[in-house]
Amino acid sequence: MPLLEIRNLVVEFDTAAGPFRALDGVDYTVDAGEVLAIVGESGSGKSVAMLAVMGLLPDTATITADRMAFEGRDLATLSPKDRRQVIGKDISMIFQEPIASLNPCFTVGFQIGEVLKTHTRLSGSERAARVIELLKAVGIPEPERRLSSFPHQMSGGQCQRVMIAMAIACSPKLLIADEPTTALDVTIQKQILDLLLKLQAESGMGLIMITHDMGVVAETADRVVVQYQGRQMEEADVLSLFESPKHPYTKALLSALPENATGDRLPTVGDFRALFETAPKEATA
Amino acid sequence: MSGDAILKVRDLKRDYVIKGGIFTKPRILSAVKGVSFDVERGTTLAVVGESGCGKSTLARILTMIDPATAGTVEIDGQPIDIAKYGVSREMRQKVQIVFQNPYGSLNPRQKIGAVLEEPLLLNTDMPAAERRDAALAMLQKVGLKPEHYGRYPHMFSGGQRQRIAIARSIMLKPKLLVLDEPVSALDLSVQAQILNLLADLQEEFNLTYVFISHDLSVVRYIADKVMVMYFGEAVEYGTRDEVFDNPRHSYTKTLFAATPRADVNSIKARLAKRAA
Repeated sequence: MPLLEIRNLVVEFDTAAGPFRALDGVDYTVDAGEVLAIVGESGSGKSVAMLAVMGLLPDTATITADRMAFEGRDLATLSPKDRRQVIGKDISMIFQEPIASLNPCFTVGFQIGEVLKTHTRLSGSERAARVIELLKAVGIPEPERRLSSFPHQMSGGQCQRVMIAMAIACSPKLLIADEPTTALDVTIQKQILDLLLKLQAESGMGLIMITHDMGVVAETADRVVVQYQGRQMEEADVLSLFESPKHPYTKALLSALPENATGDRLPTVGDFRALFETAPKEATA
Repeated sequence: MSGDAILKVRDLKRDYVIKGGIFTKPRILSAVKGVSFDVERGTTLAVVGESGCGKSTLARILTMIDPATAGTVEIDGQPIDIAKYGVSREMRQKVQIVFQNPYGSLNPRQKIGAVLEEPLLLNTDMPAAERRDAALAMLQKVGLKPEHYGRYPHMFSGGQRQRIAIARSIMLKPKLLVLDEPVSALDLSVQAQILNLLADLQEEFNLTYVFISHDLSVVRYIADKVMVMYFGEAVEYGTRDEVFDNPRHSYTKTLFAATPRADVNSIKARLAKRAA
């Protein structure tokens, strides 16, 4: 049984100009211990899909799916109370802007402790010990002293480590990382990606990496889903995706990478558009 | 071509004074600690570094927004010292800048036509009709349409806005263009379009670029010379091939090692390691 199974997910937003279809029938499966990368440009619906899983979309969104199950339990029919027990505990999420995702008014120790308070029955002192353990696990030096730091006293990379500590606090079975390193420098990005992969390998959790960066995909993923404008273009394991991309859009994306440039000019996705706007998904599978 | 350096920088320093409290002494933060380089006309120097390494301070000095604390800057043969002499209209026309965030660098209440005409209005005595013609011609040059002239920035995508910002910066026909992370906020395919546009414009106007970036794959693609900065110092400076093929400083090596590689061999190596 896959950890997360989504079939034919459609998300529509009500707008003044009528319904806007942000996601048009996408499928995802993630197994335990697997790293799935969802890659696409802005507007491809890569974040919307995971927000739908987490139940974080606004009321204007209509979500329909043939199947949306976590460990065999249907997420769509869960009562809000049951859902709260799954979300945040078994499935947790990290966002792009670490500094904006933390509450500036509380210390990081308090904020990590809050997760434990909500989802576990640990006592106060056990929680305090666990928070220190978590900060150590994500590689923050002097965790005992850092407990009482406020987010503004830490760097972006450290804030992202705190976010990861919060996300893994209850040993989730599935971690969703939405552009976790986009706002960070490359050397810090490397540290954070290494940390995520190390935690993933140790705990055997499933990891979904949402990213627009083909380099990050190449460095982390086992399997890759390529999305464009709410539709799934290609799904493949990471090696075959880079070695022999099947869909024209994937080819276009890879050839737009500056390191793959051959001539004087970079090919742009526009040069390939005619090829894939008409190509149905089946034709390339 | 070293005789034709449009930009000569020697031992440039910039200190910021951080005010102390009543009992604490003011502190001095050296953002740029003695940097020297030359850029030849029509070429691109890429400045690489992480946040806080002083690359944006360098951009501010080159564009004459901030004065240097010490050292000399010479643009097109003319020494610059804005602390002493200020900036003349003529100097302003020689150097322009494009910022990273195309959403923040355009005034939301100004139509695109006005955005493009403003540099001409402020720095030249061109009559209104000519300014309008120049703006319309520039729109076409950067791949936008004449009907975009009367629209507001919010009606454009990120890539289009960056085209507008680039158009604005070359309205005055500058000699030197400082590009502060111009493609960092853009999608891959849009990034490719903007890099192509920059290459076209460089060829057409014989522009010189100082291209600030943290993305090594972009730098490798666009640069003629590369300077790597680390805590205000230039730890590596040379032609692109020298720097990429044979990095000398340990920080440059760290930077290269940290950059994700999207080639098949490194994926194979990673998967093999993971399976083990």
